[in-house]
Amino acid sequence: MEKFKTIISPAVPITTENIDTDQIIPARFLKATTRDGFGDNLFRDWRFNKNNEPITSFPLENPKYSGNVLVAGKNFGCGSSREHAAWAIADYGFKVVISSEFADIFNNNALNNGVLTVTVTPEFLASAFAAIDSDNNTQIKVDLENQFVELMATGEKNEFQINGYRKECLLNGYDNIDYLLAQKGKIEAYETNRQS
Amino acid sequence: MGKTLFDKIYDKHVVSSIPDGPDVFYIDVQYIHEVTSPQAFAGLRKRGIPVARPNQVCATPDHNVPTENQHLPIQNELSRHQVATLVKNCQDFGIDLYGLEHPFQGIVHVVGPELGISKPGMTMVCGDSHTSTHGAFGSIAFGVGTSEVEMVLATQCLMQQRPKKMRITVDGTVRKGVTAKDIVLYVISKTTAAGGTGYFVEFAGSAFRDLSMEGRMTVCNMSIEMGARGGLIAPDQTTFDYVKGREFAPKGADWDKALAEWEELYSDEDAVFDKEYNFDAADIEPMITYGTNPGMGIGITQKIPTAADIGSTTVKEVESFDKAMEYMDFKPGEVMLGKPIDYVFVGSCTNARIEDFREVAEIVKGRQKAENVTAWLVPGSKQVEKQIYEEGLAEIIEAAGFKIRQPGCSACLAMNDDKVPAGAYCVSTSNRNFEGRQGPGARTMLASPSTAAATAIAGKIANPSDFID
Ligand code: SF4
Repeated sequence: MEKFKTIISPAVPITTENIDTDQIIPARFLKATTRDGFGDNLFRDWRFNKNNEPITSFPLENPKYSGNVLVAGKNFGCGSSREHAAWAIADYGFKVVISSEFADIFNNNALNNGVLTVTVTPEFLASAFAAIDSDNNTQIKVDLENQFVELMATGEKNEFQINGYRKECLLNGYDNIDYLLAQKGKIEAYETNRQS
Repeated sequence: MGKTLFDKIYDKHVVSSIPDGPDVFYIDVQYIHEVTSPQAFAGLRKRGIPVARPNQVCATPDHNVPTENQHLPIQNELSRHQVATLVKNCQDFGIDLYGLEHPFQGIVHVVGPELGISKPGMTMVCGDSHTSTHGAFGSIAFGVGTSEVEMVLATQCLMQQRPKKMRITVDGTVRKGVTAKDIVLYVISKTTAAGGTGYFVEFAGSAFRDLSMEGRMTVCNMSIEMGARGGLIAPDQTTFDYVKGREFAPKGADWDKALAEWEELYSDEDAVFDKEYNFDAADIEPMITYGTNPGMGIGITQKIPTAADIGSTTVKEVESFDKAMEYMDFKPGEVMLGKPIDYVFVGSCTNARIEDFREVAEIVKGRQKAENVTAWLVPGSKQVEKQIYEEGLAEIIEAAGFKIRQPGCSACLAMNDDKVPAGAYCVSTSNRNFEGRQGPGARTMLASPSTAAATAIAGKIANPSDFID
C-alpha cells in the first residue's frame, strides 16, 4: 500500500445523508473478479442519466469541483459490505473521505485500501460544506500525523480520532495480512489451547 | 461486574491484543459466495499462500444465480464467469462447495443455519453484511470486506476493534398478523438507519424469546440495517432444538459437551450496555417502508410522516427526506394502505425460510393472485424448496396463481435477471429499499411475507390482519 502523506486539496462535496454502498457502486458492477476499474462506475446512477450522459448537477460531473478529498453527508457508506465501494472511491482518485459519521464496515474497507476516513463534528462538516460552497477551490488540509483537518481559508480546525495501529499502517503503507501472517505461531497455539 | 453475552464470546476468541490497536480475533467459520471472494483468492495466489483452514470455510453461489432453469448454463457472461471462478477457487484451495447442482445450495445465510454449521458461541464472518443473520444462534457474526475475507482465508483471524454494546428489549405479546419482520422494521424505524453505528446489538425480551429460530434470524439479519455491526439473541431451548440433528450439529457425547457450554451463553444480570432501548410489543402493527432506507418505516395503517415528524431538523436532513419522497413519488400525509403496486417479491436471506412460505400459504390459501401483480416467490435454498413441495405448500401457493422459483438472492439485489423495472412499485420481503436496489429506478417497499402475500392477492397494499381469522 502507498504511504499516506499530508494532503492539501480542494474537495468535492456531496451533501446527501445516509449514502449507501448501492449508490456508491451499484450491484450490477459487482460482477468483476479483479479490483481494477471501479472508479468509472463510482456513483454511476447519480453521475449519468439513462442515455449515459453526464448529469452535471451532480458534483462528480460538475467541472467546478475537483480534488482528492470527498466531503459527504452523515452515515456515509451504510448498507452492503461490498469493498467495491472503497475500491471505486480509491480508483476514482479520492484519498480522503470526510463526514460526521461513517458506517462501520465501509470505514474498515476504506482504511484497508489506504483511503483515510475522517470523522468530524456535525458543525465542522457544515462549515466545510459552506466553505466549498462559497469558494469551489477552497483548500482543505488533512494531516494524519497530527490528526487534524483544516479549512485553509478560515483556519478552522477539527481534530480527529484514529487508533495508533491504524495510523501506523497508513503512514507506513503496512498491510494487515502481513501482520497476521507473522502471528501464525500465536494463532496455532490458540487453536491447540482451545482443543484441550 | 457481569459480562454481556457478546463479551463472553468475544473474549474467548481473542488470540492477542495490540496496545492502542485492534485484537487478533479468531474466526470459527467463514462463509463465502461468488461476489466478494474472487479478489481475496487472487490475493492469496499473489502471495503464494494456501487457505489456512479450508474445513472452516463453507461456500455456495447465490447472488448471481438464475431462479429459473438452473440446470442450464448461466446466460450472463459475467455472472457465469463469477460463479465458475468460485468453483475453481474452491477446487484449487480445497474448500467444500455447495454448487448449483448440489442439494444444499442456496443463499449463504439460509444454508449455514439449516446445515447446523452456525451454532451458539461461535464467531462467523462472510463478505456480506447480512452475516448478522447467524447471530440468531447466540453467536458473533458480522459482515466483512474482501480484504478481510482474504485475512481470514490466510490466517483464520481478523484485526478487530471491540465494538460498543447495545441492548434492545421488546417485551409483551405482539398483535395478530405481526411477525418477526414487523418487529425489526419497527425497531429500525425508532433507532433510524444509523442508530446502531458502532454497536453490536443484543435483542432481549419476551417478544424475541417467543420467536422461532427463523423469526430470530429475520431480526438479526436486519440488525445491519440500523447500522449495527451485528445482532445476537441468547440461545435457549428453541435454539438447541433447532440445531439438534442437523447435518453438522455435534452428535452423542459431543452434543452433551456443547450443550453444557451453550447453556452458559447469556448476559449476566448486572452486565452493563453502552446503550439501551425498550419497546412494548403491543405497540407494533404490520410494518411497511415508504422511503429509501430501512429506517423509513411505518405501521401499515399510518400516514406517511413529514420530515419534521421523524425528527429531521437540519436542511441536509430535510433534503435527504425530500429526495427519498421524490424517488418513491410519495407525499407526506398519504396513506400506504391501498396504494397500487406492480411487483411482489418473497425471498432473500431475511424472509425465504420455510416458515416464511408457510406464512404465505396461510394467506393465499383459497384465494387468487391479482392480475396486475407480478409475483416472484424465491426459496432461500434447495432444502427450503424441497420442503415447500413436501409440506404441500407449493400446491396451495400454485393453486392461488403463484409460481415457486429456484433458490438464490434474486430480486433482493437484482444481480441476476430478476429486476423490477424503473418506476415500478414492489412490496418486498428483503432487507433494503435503497434507490435502485431491485433494479435501476425500482421502488421498493419492505414488509413481511404476510403483508407481501396479502398485497399480491389484493393487487394493492393490504393489511395482512384482514386476511387472518
Ligand atoms: S439475499 Fe440479498 S441481502 Fe441476502 S445475501 Fe443475498 S443479496 Fe445479500
